[in-house]
Amino acid sequence: MTAVYIPALIYLAVTMGVMAVILFLSARIGRRRVTREKMLPYECGMDPLGTLEIHFPIKFYVVAMIFIIFDIETVFLYPWAVVFRDLGWFGFVEMLLFTAVILIGLVYLFRKGALEWE
Amino acid sequence: MSVVEALYQCSGLLAVLILFATGVLILLLDAFSPLGRKGRLGGVAVAGTAAALFAAWQSESPGEPLFFEMVVWDRYALFVTSVILLGALLVLLLSLEGRRRDGAGTGEYYALVLFAATGMVLMAQAVHFIMIFLGLEILSISVYVLVGLPRHERRANEAALKYVLLGGFASGFFLYGLTFLYGATGSLSMTAMASYLGTGERVFNSYLLLGTALVLAGFAFKLALVPFHLWTPDVYEGAPTPITAYMAVGVKAAVLAALVRTFREALPAVVPHWTTALWILAAVTMTVGNVMALVQQSVKRMLAYSSIAHAGYLMVAVVAGTPSGVTALLVYLLAYTVMNVGAFGVMVVGQKERDGGELLQDFEGLGFRCPLVGAAMALFLFSLAGIPPTAGFLGKLLVFSAAVEAGYTWLVILAVINSVVAAYYYLRVVIAIYRRSEAAEAGPEPAIRLSGGERAALILAGLLTVGVGVLPQGFWEMARRAVLALG
Repeated sequence: MTAVYIPALIYLAVTMGVMAVILFLSARIGRRRVTREKMLPYECGMDPLGTLEIHFPIKFYVVAMIFIIFDIETVFLYPWAVVFRDLGWFGFVEMLLFTAVILIGLVYLFRKGALEWE
Repeated sequence: MSVVEALYQCSGLLAVLILFATGVLILLLDAFSPLGRKGRLGGVAVAGTAAALFAAWQSESPGEPLFFEMVVWDRYALFVTSVILLGALLVLLLSLEGRRRDGAGTGEYYALVLFAATGMVLMAQAVHFIMIFLGLEILSISVYVLVGLPRHERRANEAALKYVLLGGFASGFFLYGLTFLYGATGSLSMTAMASYLGTGERVFNSYLLLGTALVLAGFAFKLALVPFHLWTPDVYEGAPTPITAYMAVGVKAAVLAALVRTFREALPAVVPHWTTALWILAAVTMTVGNVMALVQQSVKRMLAYSSIAHAGYLMVAVVAGTPSGVTALLVYLLAYTVMNVGAFGVMVVGQKERDGGELLQDFEGLGFRCPLVGAAMALFLFSLAGIPPTAGFLGKLLVFSAAVEAGYTWLVILAVINSVVAAYYYLRVVIAIYRRSEAAEAGPEPAIRLSGGERAALILAGLLTVGVGVLPQGFWEMARRAVLALG
């Protein structure tokens, strides 16, 4: 029974090993150059402290929302693709309808100018 | 499932499909039509809602489960759908002029009202908890956006944010409760749950208890039952007035329909153990709602608390739980819908004239400035207070007598005391309507101009308020047959 878990244990050991080796090597041979940006909590360049009155484009939110919608669509498409044969024509038509609704959303976004950056 | 079979089953979802298709059509028309023509979108929305109502009445309601036992189209769903669509129709008619004036966001407004109606009707038809949840989310998300649509108004922003945060919690509770119900019974289909639970030997199970409690909390939040009501006054006050009316009637009707179906079809074995909790919810809800309404200066906020109190009366019928109790509940829902939308409708008309227009003194002299509007408001308020021969009186009579019949005499005594207290704050507004305001003493005030949509909505709501009260037989018979469809 326990023999089933041996590959998983080996995998775990290899992962840990590779991780340890990489960390050791980078600490050993890498050069350390401490700059202000590197020590910030977020390494993306976002300043964590500052006034509240910063301006940044609200378009970011729109793009993020659009991204989530189409991301979710993909989430639904994957499991459907796995059981495509079992669901047959009914599943196919259902998925076409679902995609059509999303497509209408895309047309709406396009016409309303949500995809224009300027 | 074959294509023919699927098409056949679609006939049971006709109202939902028409509402959704109209919503999508409005979105596309909004995106492609020039700015000057957007005023016509309201006409499309009204036509779509009327078509859905007509289709619902035309399609047969055999009551067999459709689409893998997810939804059902029975007489119960038909009754609740009719109430919901009637409410939506009145709200749309009341919105027409305000939307034409504001311009921006017109297409979104109508589309979201229709999408919310889609979710409400799905909740009335759902016989599977996942479907109830989907309906709940479709309606909630649409209504969150509708509340916050006046983007530049602080109050609306605050209301939308409060509603979305607390609504998110409520959905979370509901969904978490579903996981326990699934764990306890092995299914989320109402029939499967009921047959697993049988006559009640498996009811003493902590997961089932916890699941029912969480699901009830989720419903109670959406119904604004005390102690889950704290968001209600602020959200109702901050939302655009037609949307407040929509939240007060449509959302409540849909959630109550799902709640009753849950207790009657999925968890009848659990009900005896929950009667005390429901009893307390009903008693506390009507008392707190009425006491808080007494001290309000803003009529809009007063109506918000009054709608909490009415949710309490509706819960009295849920506590009774008998077939006559549910019949009374359905009739009361119809009465509550027409009188409440009517009262908010008068407020919509009044707000055109004055900025705000929500305080008691804004209603002074309304009966002289526009006799039709004044008389309509008096009628709706008499009905809300439960004075015969209005719909509100009949609804209360049916609910209270069903509860007495079921043996809940003390709850009814409490409800009657509450109704007497409530009469004070409703009649205060009626007195204001027929009192000459100080401004009128100085000189004649301009008469109020009614738009066609507002006139139609007020007359329709007024006729139904009187009609249900004077000729209740037909409505009662319809509700009685609707209840027969429930298990």
